[in-house]
Amino acid sequence: MNSVGTSVHTAPSNAFSRIDSDILRTMGRPGYAYCAAVAIAALGLGFGAYAFSVQWRFGIGVAGYEHPVLWAIYITNFVFWVGIAHSGTLISAVLFLFRAKWRTAVARASEATTVFAVLTASLFPIIHIGRPWFFYWLFPYPNERQLWVNFRSPLIWDVFALSTYLTVSIMFLFLGLIPDIAAARDRCADWRKPIYRALALGWDGSHRRWWHYSSLYAFFAALATPLVVSVHSIVSWDFAVSILPGWHSTIFAPYFVAGAIFSGLAMVITLLIPLRKFLQLEDYITIDHLENLAKLIIVTSLIVGYSYITEFFIAWYSGNPFEQQTFYNRLFGDYWLFTWSMLICNTIIPLLFFSKYLRTNLVALFTISIFVNIGMWLERFVIITTSLSHDFDPANWSGLYQPTWVEVAITIGSFSMFFLLFLLFIKNFPVVSITEMKEALVTSNGEHQELRITSESLHSSAASSTGDSI
Amino acid sequence: MGVFDSGKKAARGINAIRKNDLGSVTAYSPVPDHALDHALERSVSPIRLFILIGGIIGCISGFALPIYTVYDWPLITGGKALISLPPFVVIAFELTILFGALSGMMGFLILARLPRVSRRTKAITVDPTFSLDRFGVFVSCDPKSESAVREALKLAGALEASRGA
Repeated sequence: MNSVGTSVHTAPSNAFSRIDSDILRTMGRPGYAYCAAVAIAALGLGFGAYAFSVQWRFGIGVAGYEHPVLWAIYITNFVFWVGIAHSGTLISAVLFLFRAKWRTAVARASEATTVFAVLTASLFPIIHIGRPWFFYWLFPYPNERQLWVNFRSPLIWDVFALSTYLTVSIMFLFLGLIPDIAAARDRCADWRKPIYRALALGWDGSHRRWWHYSSLYAFFAALATPLVVSVHSIVSWDFAVSILPGWHSTIFAPYFVAGAIFSGLAMVITLLIPLRKFLQLEDYITIDHLENLAKLIIVTSLIVGYSYITEFFIAWYSGNPFEQQTFYNRLFGDYWLFTWSMLICNTIIPLLFFSKYLRTNLVALFTISIFVNIGMWLERFVIITTSLSHDFDPANWSGLYQPTWVEVAITIGSFSMFFLLFLLFIKNFPVVSITEMKEALVTSNGEHQELRITSESLHSSAASSTGDSI
Repeated sequence: MGVFDSGKKAARGINAIRKNDLGSVTAYSPVPDHALDHALERSVSPIRLFILIGGIIGCISGFALPIYTVYDWPLITGGKALISLPPFVVIAFELTILFGALSGMMGFLILARLPRVSRRTKAITVDPTFSLDRFGVFVSCDPKSESAVREALKLAGALEASRGA
């Protein structure tokens, strides 16, 4: 399936124009499959928006929230989407600092995943509050009631963490895009040209601009790295700072960060496999890249598995009856099916990647990544609802939580929104960084070319001159 | 204006121009290139100062805002001190990064002189192939030394050495 041909050493300039034409080609006229995917995602988003309008009119009760389970699927979605965002930053920033060259091909798509996942996640706290039209009360601003927000509350930490994360991720993505948008501007011949011209900010590739660009890019990577760790730690403290059994735990921060990267990597694989096929980017996003992502999944899966063991061990070893009953209830109570599915999806199935055959098999990669996505969504659901539905007071216990259609529709809407934004992005912006691919070619200096060029495609690239248009 | 097909050749051209003091050089390239950096003797970008100052301002305001607000409306809980530093560290940390990144972006736009609305800067129309695969060396020089510049660029391996508009 992967069209890897003989590695041909070409003059950099020839390979440069090949990279340009290959990547900019992906921004050409969309096919029927793409339009159908956009239509389905838009429909899903519309369905979610309708459900939200119902909730807006009738109140949060229509979402099935009643004492004691007052956080359920919305907060699950919130934590899930923040988690998805994390691998993008891991790939684009952390691996950049470690000079992991293979990240080049997948960094742009992952960084876009980050931005869209944070955008989706940040909607959920607003959807979840009883009066969403007052969401701005969360921001500290001088108001007529002379009240300030409570800075000791983790929910306010969330506001700061998420808004910082969103702002920095958007700037990081945009900064990387500037030279690529300039390339698109110079090659584009359709109605998008003026838009690219505006977005390229007048970039001309002059040395002065590259000098500051490279410096800022490295600094953004350095700023994003501690940021990504802090964001999911803060999300985990939403739970850990409370005193509820099953939530009040010191391992939550590292456990959540590892889980976030784990789920995000799976989502990146889920997105890249169809993307490279439909946009014919098999020469750029190769099996090797996917295999590296799968190896990272093994590492993070082992960390997550270790965290599960630690959690259960501490509950037992603490001798605290409330902790013990919570974890016993997770495994054998009303939610046993969800808990066991989560354990299997997150700690057993990903270990199949120890087999090189499965790591390099597209069907296996895709299937396992879907299991991980499901497992990680379930993990957040299990943590949230089991603890709430089964706390200190047996009179409060509420049995199995049941979502309503509104909650399900808004969840479908959130997935649709994420995919819609991603789909629109890949057709309008270079989904693989043109600059970084060329840079990799220059630095590798012909000894080890990352770009593998098949002999047939080299012929076609020779035919297409430098004046290629999108 | 000399057009090259590799950064190394362009750097050779720049070195020749600078060694003979033939004029001031601006280089254009499709990628950031270390050979060009070296030839133009670029040191560290001052962007780091912007980030440092932004970060410090962010950190100070991250502590100042919560401390100011708890005194503005004192709400003593459990007889504890009003200033509870550990939670305020979270705010300060996030604002350090936010302000550092924002001022870094601002610094980039100022230092790189972006966005550039008009293309009149330096009175040249930059070749669109510089975003594709070509490296350009633009030399603004005395009309008398024009032929020497051309020769130096050609010698360094320029594909063409023409007069910029």
